[in-house]
Amino acid sequence: MTPFEVVDTGARAAGPPPVTPKNLPHRGGEANPSAKALQEKFAGAVKRVEVIWGETVVYLDPASVKDAIGWLHDDTSQQYDYLSDVTAVEYRDAEAPIEVVWHLRSLPFRRFLRIKTELRKGEPLETDSIYDIYRGADWLERECFDMFGIRFRGHPDLRRILMWESYKEGFPLRKDFPLRGRFSRSEQLRQALAQNPEARYSMEELSIADAFAELPEDMRARLNKGGRTGE
Amino acid sequence: MGLTVPGDRSTVSYAPESQEGWVATRLDFLVNWSRANSLWPMPFGTACCAIEFMATAASDFDLARFGMERMSFSPRQADVLICAGRVPFKLAPIIRRIWQQMPQPKWCISMGACASTGGMFDNYAVVQGIDTIIPVDVYVPGCPPRPEGLIYGIRMLQEKVMNERAADTRTRDEMEPDPESQLYIPASVIDELSEPFGNSVHQNRSAP
Repeated sequence: MTPFEVVDTGARAAGPPPVTPKNLPHRGGEANPSAKALQEKFAGAVKRVEVIWGETVVYLDPASVKDAIGWLHDDTSQQYDYLSDVTAVEYRDAEAPIEVVWHLRSLPFRRFLRIKTELRKGEPLETDSIYDIYRGADWLERECFDMFGIRFRGHPDLRRILMWESYKEGFPLRKDFPLRGRFSRSEQLRQALAQNPEARYSMEELSIADAFAELPEDMRARLNKGGRTGE
Repeated sequence: MGLTVPGDRSTVSYAPESQEGWVATRLDFLVNWSRANSLWPMPFGTACCAIEFMATAASDFDLARFGMERMSFSPRQADVLICAGRVPFKLAPIIRRIWQQMPQPKWCISMGACASTGGMFDNYAVVQGIDTIIPVDVYVPGCPPRPEGLIYGIRMLQEKVMNERAADTRTRDEMEPDPESQLYIPASVIDELSEPFGNSVHQNRSAP
């Protein structure tokens, strides 16, 4: 596969081109066919399927999320080739579990599927990383870890992405996190100023030298002749 | 029973300006006049205020009328740090380093509510006013300020520059953190951070 494969959107979708749906019911309606396929393939893992505002939500067992998403990605009858989002939801109800949410999109079939899994509080907030399946999950999972403290097993470099790495106050989007943070303003500022930005954001990290082989042909030729990349 | 004042503190004496003499004050005027009318801004735009700042610099409002036609994207060649927008804690050491890389004389304008006070972002991630990190000369209120507001702030800064006196040694004082603390960065390290840029190879903090 070349890095820039052109995807023919909707090439395998049945029926007329899609239009914006109107008068959708809050709950109920026609489910995404992939939900039924998942129920057949992973019978024990699918807890329930809901259709909310016309979009299908599949609740999966935490242990089988990675298998299910891998199957959705690889199977020729599904072809979920685009991961839009990985995030989490914590409800105000202290008893309610934290939900991790994956938004998948199948470009050939023009389908959208939302996968959710519930992680009970009091147990370690862990689920499998899907970095092996979608490279785009890298930063999304890091952000989810940074904001909610959910650990993704198998992620190669799970560290904070929005907050700085020595941030000690916890996970800001959790419901028990106070809006202004846990420390005093002066302590927050002192810790922020003590961070060392050069340690991570080095010139090497920002350099395009490593990406030279992936640049387009004409740009490589121009750079080889000593020219600029072009403004 | 009355309060007694020690003899050496009983009077406060100011150096009258007349002692500086005609030549010194005229020289001050000349230096200040040239500085005030060639302030090169270092734009530190992080949010919507930066859009208004760009509008100020563009042809309609034309910041070049005030000698600021050159945006200095290298802190070494800048005179004014214009912080336009909110500064999160993660950027706090960055803006501090930029300020430390700027050679004297230097000034700072805090543009907009967020840069001045944190604004509506009274939360865990945003610095509550950049004056907790670096010294600020002029605060421009607004969310975001209109270009007229920023130009008014720049005119105020120019007035401040015009009123500086070379004889006042405290003007250029820089407060350095305690060398024992984590916040201290030696001048040599600051110089190393700002790599040679353009024709400013010798323009850094150690060799002003």
